[in-house]
Amino acid sequence: MVRQVKQAFFPVALVLFAALGPFILEPFDLVNLSAFSAMAIAALGLAFVWGTLGILNLGHCTFFGLGAYAYAIAVSNLGDSTLAALIGIALAVAFSLVLGYFLFFSRLGDVYLGVITLCVTLIFYSFMTSTADPSFHIGPVPLGGFNGITAVPSLNMPGDPQAFLSTEATFSICLLSLAGAYVLLSLLRSSDAGRIMTAIRESELRSELLGYDIRFYKLVGFAVSAAMAGLGGALYTAVMGYVSPNVFDLSQASQFVLWVIAGGLGAFVGPVVASFGFQLLSSQLGANQVFNTELIFGATIILFVMLAPQGLQPMLLGLSSLKFPHRFGILRRKEKPA
Amino acid sequence: MDNLVILCFAVINSIALLALISLGLAVIFGMMRVINFAHGEFIMLGGYATVIANHCGLNLWLSMLVVAPMFVALIGAVAERLIVRRLYGHLVTTMLATWGLSLFLIGAVTAIFGNTTMGVSAPLGNIPIGAYSIGAYQLFLIGITALLVVSALLALHWTKYGLIARAAMQNSEMAATLGINCDRVYAATFIIGAAISGLAGALLAPISGVLPHMGAAYVARAFVTVISGGGALITGFLSAATILGPVEALLSYFATPVLGQASLLLLAVIILRLFPTGVSSLWIGGR
Amino acid sequence: MSKVPILAARGLVKRFGGVAAVDGVDLVVDAGEIRCLIGPNGAGKSTLFKCLTHQHQPTSGHVLFEGRDLQGLATHRIARLGIAIKNQIPSIYANLDVRENIRLAGLRRWLGKRQLNRVVELTLDEIGFDERLASQPAATLSHAHRQWCELGMLLASSPRIALLDEPTAGMTREEMLKTVDVIKRLNASATVIVVEHDLEFIARLAQRVTVLHRGKVLVEDTMDKIEANEIVRDIYLGRKKEAAHAEG
Repeated sequence: MVRQVKQAFFPVALVLFAALGPFILEPFDLVNLSAFSAMAIAALGLAFVWGTLGILNLGHCTFFGLGAYAYAIAVSNLGDSTLAALIGIALAVAFSLVLGYFLFFSRLGDVYLGVITLCVTLIFYSFMTSTADPSFHIGPVPLGGFNGITAVPSLNMPGDPQAFLSTEATFSICLLSLAGAYVLLSLLRSSDAGRIMTAIRESELRSELLGYDIRFYKLVGFAVSAAMAGLGGALYTAVMGYVSPNVFDLSQASQFVLWVIAGGLGAFVGPVVASFGFQLLSSQLGANQVFNTELIFGATIILFVMLAPQGLQPMLLGLSSLKFPHRFGILRRKEKPA
Repeated sequence: MDNLVILCFAVINSIALLALISLGLAVIFGMMRVINFAHGEFIMLGGYATVIANHCGLNLWLSMLVVAPMFVALIGAVAERLIVRRLYGHLVTTMLATWGLSLFLIGAVTAIFGNTTMGVSAPLGNIPIGAYSIGAYQLFLIGITALLVVSALLALHWTKYGLIARAAMQNSEMAATLGINCDRVYAATFIIGAAISGLAGALLAPISGVLPHMGAAYVARAFVTVISGGGALITGFLSAATILGPVEALLSYFATPVLGQASLLLLAVIILRLFPTGVSSLWIGGR
Repeated sequence: MSKVPILAARGLVKRFGGVAAVDGVDLVVDAGEIRCLIGPNGAGKSTLFKCLTHQHQPTSGHVLFEGRDLQGLATHRIARLGIAIKNQIPSIYANLDVRENIRLAGLRRWLGKRQLNRVVELTLDEIGFDERLASQPAATLSHAHRQWCELGMLLASSPRIALLDEPTAGMTREEMLKTVDVIKRLNASATVIVVEHDLEFIARLAQRVTVLHRGKVLVEDTMDKIEANEIVRDIYLGRKKEAAHAEG
């Protein structure tokens, strides 16, 4: 009972914030926090697929970017933002199924998996930067090459493209979506399917010997994480009003991974908190050339990986209760060569 | 006819380029099973070393062939000592740490030189072929790549270091009982790999210019080439380059460079679907 | 009425390079049996085990489960036929507690929640784990307890046949005796094949014993007759004499 109350604390806090935020914060902060939440939703997807299933997806931003572009294109063509967001999720999921089929049915090792997924996102980056020519367009929307798609309509009332939602309403939707994503993934993780996924992370061989089709569970988990990333991407584009190829670049890819490492592999609250923290930090750094985000985030990744491989959340929790199951950490897992 | 010559040249050039940008990575991966995510930045640093040395008045060839590899070897030695050595055996962790290093190096170079392109002009002029011309420097690149690969093969199979290295690679515990210091072998390998990457960056600098983010343009292709090559140290990545290079060159020529790159990745994914441990599993078994 | 054997191997061969580790093995195991495979080191026991469970693809020959060829079936499909496998190296979920380990094994049977819990508690009882042990992460267990935890997983998955590779390796005599009990419980509902070389363990357990030598079946009989068999004694005891010579 105590555990359930504890688990419910975080989403309830998010919901309260979604309700109260518009009354206490400036519009500028609301927009920023909406964007942070959208990113955090995507980060939750990675926290799930990496922390629960042990799939090292370094190219998680592929799905984020696909959701972002799909939303931008669909909302400009169709008008209705709800449908566009759904299309964003669907595209991300569809691509994850195709990619996942090749990755998991080839039984690639962690290292190969990480490399391939990262390469995929880099290819998307190259492709999107090469679409400056006006001949690259979908409906009336030019892909825009390096500049991406600008003036993307924001969220509107479902079914009524003219009724745009206020900054406050968008803020509430983003935070509620984050709370929803958190609850959904938590439920999934503690369900039987989620336990099997944890088991697969622990030992693929044992899971197969017990009769579980690990490729299937990995594919499902991968698709779920892609759906989260797609939703995050769609919301992010709706909030910011533009999308550029930078959603696919190396530094974007590293952000998600950094947040999950810093927040703690296997944890959910930690990565969300870390994503807010680091996004706040990078918006403070802004365009500072000397203390640029890459320098600082790169150093942070190195420090976390070397000194606190379990991340912050399990480390803090581990101090209070020594029985925390993720204490052993899968990041430091010794393994056979890929 | 001229067309055909140009096309053949493009294919060979593409294979050579893939080999050049992935050799350093292949050496490190083949020996240590570690994917060095900072590989692209080693290339970038090699380019910067060349450009800066040249701007300081040093002869271009000297900057390229001596200064750049030595500088990057030094960086590699530091990185090995501070990061990679502490994580031996933890492949995923090493990969993440080198990714952090990659970002850190991009950030550091941006902080020092700014986010702008610098360059040196390509030496050696052009060679006309009918209505077209190809850069003599490109021919030089192909030549030096071939030289590098052949000497790597020879070093691995004909020298004492190569023998020790292969022993450490095949079975580090066994090698240790024979009195080989595997840590030193790994350190040397990492440094040599870094030096080769630096040299690759130096050689590419006159063609592409240098930019803090330039590594990203090469890493995807280098990673794909090395992992679809698989376990065999030199022959693996070389055969992968030979398969992937022409496909990329032809598609880039007849369609767009991006399509060429995408096809490269797609082909690699298919290769890994067929041979999950790379094409070289065909002749060394699925190690 | 002709009975289809629960597991049969026909002309099984496994080569590594030029060496045939398993060299034409025919084996028939009837439902309900406890069968032991023994043989000196290098006889091909473990390789045969891996081939029987299709963790190694045999170079030639077939393994039939109730007349059905296992050729080409993925590992999880083989498991779903009701074949439970315990390899020589313990394979458990090290960071999950013992109860969760057992639960995951039972989960595949699609029982109701209540019934599953009952199976889990019953299994914990059968392998003799008290509440304290059951809630420990498997990684913190002693060697013998890990083996029992894995046997418990096999029990909970309610297999048709269980194949065990050296389940008593590294155990004390008391621990070995307890393992005999657990395996007998397993045998109450499943056929059991055990690869072992502890002769006392085999004597307590097996009805029929198959002796392997140099990748081939040397003889197959009851344990009494095997112990009396001259050739088998030569292989086992002769080897030991040689070894004693070499060391002495």
